[in-house]
Amino acid sequence: MTAATTGSRLLGDVHVGDSLAPLTYDVTATTVVLGAFGGRDWRPMHHDHKFAVERNGVRDIFLNTTGQAAFFERYITDWTGPRGRLGRLGFNMRSPVFPGETIEITGTVTNVETDATGCGWAEVEFAMNVDEEPRATGSARVALPTTPDDNPWARRGERWVP
Amino acid sequence: MTTDTTDTDLPDDVARVIGVLQYEEEADFPVERGYFWTYCSSAENGNPLFWDDAVAAELTGGPVAPPSMLSTWFRPHHWAPGRAEPKVPLQVHFDMKAAFELPEAIMSDYVMTFYEPVRPGDHITSGQKLRSVSPVKTARVGTGRFWVIDVEYRNQRGDLVGVETWTGFGYRKPDQPAASNEATR
Repeated sequence: MTAATTGSRLLGDVHVGDSLAPLTYDVTATTVVLGAFGGRDWRPMHHDHKFAVERNGVRDIFLNTTGQAAFFERYITDWTGPRGRLGRLGFNMRSPVFPGETIEITGTVTNVETDATGCGWAEVEFAMNVDEEPRATGSARVALPTTPDDNPWARRGERWVP
Repeated sequence: MTTDTTDTDLPDDVARVIGVLQYEEEADFPVERGYFWTYCSSAENGNPLFWDDAVAAELTGGPVAPPSMLSTWFRPHHWAPGRAEPKVPLQVHFDMKAAFELPEAIMSDYVMTFYEPVRPGDHITSGQKLRSVSPVKTARVGTGRFWVIDVEYRNQRGDLVGVETWTGFGYRKPDQPAASNEATR
């Protein structure tokens, strides 16, 4: 067993209704700025407190789209292991997440299937909550190895149907 | 609220660009691995695929970008020589705001679909496609229209690496005069 296979979840380990372990994280101003700059989002509401308050009418800078996407990707692949390969990731941002808040990401498996090419897929619905209020909700479609030797990352062209 | 239904009575200049690839352009810079780590750091993502060269070599034949940082590769520099004004990403979104004279806008739904992995050194080209524009609707923030925009990304070999689908809502606040153009996005 190699580093890449250690901890990688197989499709057969996954069932509809499975809950993923929650992820909690204390968001700081640094979290917001890292997420925005990691995604090259220079818009001021993600680093300039005065702009966010005076122009956007919110109480502080807030997590940007890529900052939230980074957490959702981590959440899914913490669960799958490194051989899990995202095919699709989507979410709806309901209200901002500010420094000083603690997010909790929760998720549930809603579908498990093998497509016509033999690729195994799990669908996960997730939410990013603050004090149990959903600030963003979404879903991910992630490919999982069907056997210990399978590697979804090796799929190309017509064998990859996300 | 359904947002992906096209109004059949759109202005000609909007109707004629639905489904048409626009603003095809190459990114300002080749894909940089340093951004992978900044991005992973922001969420404390320790996936060894992005941190351990041996794992990356075994699984993907070398380093790849975290898939969800797709939009990173078409965001322009904040400033560059010869550029007087910051360049805006997702120009079609701003075109729709202008076409319907809607001073405010928010992005609601965001979906990314991933194809060929993005690798360090790739030169990514993007193109934007307006998919639909809704009839006039009233939401909590104001009255306006939803629009759905696809952004397609290809590498230097022409391989599709991903598609982003953005749903925007351009609107006017209930108390906002028709001449106001102050924008939140």
